[in-house]
Amino acid sequence: MLKSFADYIVFNLIGLIPGSRSGEALNFFIYDTVKIFLLLSTIIFVVAVIRSSFPPEKTRRILSHKQEYVGNVLAALLGIVTPFCSCSAVPLFIGFVESGVPLGVTFSFLISSPMVNEVALIMLWGLFGWKIALIYIGSGLVVAIVAGIVIGKLKMERYVQDYVWEMQVGNGEITVMNLRQKLDYARDYTLDLLKKIWPYVVIGVGLGAFIHGYVPQDFLVRWAGRDNPFAVPVAVALGVPLYSNAAGVIPIVQALMEKGMAIGTVLAFMMAVTALSLPEAIILKNVLKNRLLAVFFGIVAVAIICVGYLFNAIL
Amino acid sequence: MKIEILGIGCAKCKALYENTKKALEASGKSAEVVKVEDIPSIMKYGVMSTPALVIDGQVKFSGKVASVAEISAML
Repeated sequence: MLKSFADYIVFNLIGLIPGSRSGEALNFFIYDTVKIFLLLSTIIFVVAVIRSSFPPEKTRRILSHKQEYVGNVLAALLGIVTPFCSCSAVPLFIGFVESGVPLGVTFSFLISSPMVNEVALIMLWGLFGWKIALIYIGSGLVVAIVAGIVIGKLKMERYVQDYVWEMQVGNGEITVMNLRQKLDYARDYTLDLLKKIWPYVVIGVGLGAFIHGYVPQDFLVRWAGRDNPFAVPVAVALGVPLYSNAAGVIPIVQALMEKGMAIGTVLAFMMAVTALSLPEAIILKNVLKNRLLAVFFGIVAVAIICVGYLFNAIL
Repeated sequence: MKIEILGIGCAKCKALYENTKKALEASGKSAEVVKVEDIPSIMKYGVMSTPALVIDGQVKFSGKVASVAEISAML
């Protein structure tokens, strides 16, 4: 139905010729933007309703004094549903470790929460299909769990800033919302998020449409195809400065995949965009000493690169 | 009445500060509004998601920018 809507506007109303470059690019642009905004507004709303039942205070209570392994798995899963914004990373981190959440478990949460986020998932689902979206969730969780376990095993507690351990943390009350408040919260959250990301979506889809229509087929096979062993690490490095623009990056990446970028490279790039961010590193410097910060970034980067190679090899 | 806005200086914290000011003006009540930006003071309230609003030492909500109307109802 959306397809015929886009066809009607481009070929009937505007009068471009089906099969022409400009016609195909514009058709692609209209179809993708409408589809993505429909998906974004409905799914963000639903996710926000679910999230309103999982305030971080509750997550912390579930995770405190959990053992390794079980704790890491739970933390990664709760990372999906607990609302998280990098500006809250510091109070969240302190709140977790002070209430007895093991350091490695805390990291599983800190990695999974921004990486497995609803915007990235919706964009992946809408543009790549549900299989890729599921692979992304699955491998994102594995990266968060494994990296958290490794950090836990390294016993790096002394590389947390000293004042963190001496801090007095009050007992945060869990505010319980009724259904009405949950729906209001979800509506505000959805509008806020859409307001923030819509320009990126439009620009991203626009660039994607341009690539789709104008860049020659197989253009990227040589550089970003599965036979180039450097493609994955380079993609991860490029992902770091593109933080928080998952909404704009995914449509471009989808167009690049059409032109020959391998799927493992695509996944690794996406994960680097969401999980490894410079602003978050700067914020986390408030609570982590350089060594732990470097270990955290290093382990996550290596895990993401492994995911990239794995899916380039098997898919 | 003392109102504290907890947050580490992010955009959302500023938005909450502005909304709180507006809500106060509209209600005609007078109160001291302070931004609390240092981490130990924020943690004392046990708040884990910012921004948060504290009225007379009591956390009213955390992790969202409440609208002017919502804040007015709490004053």
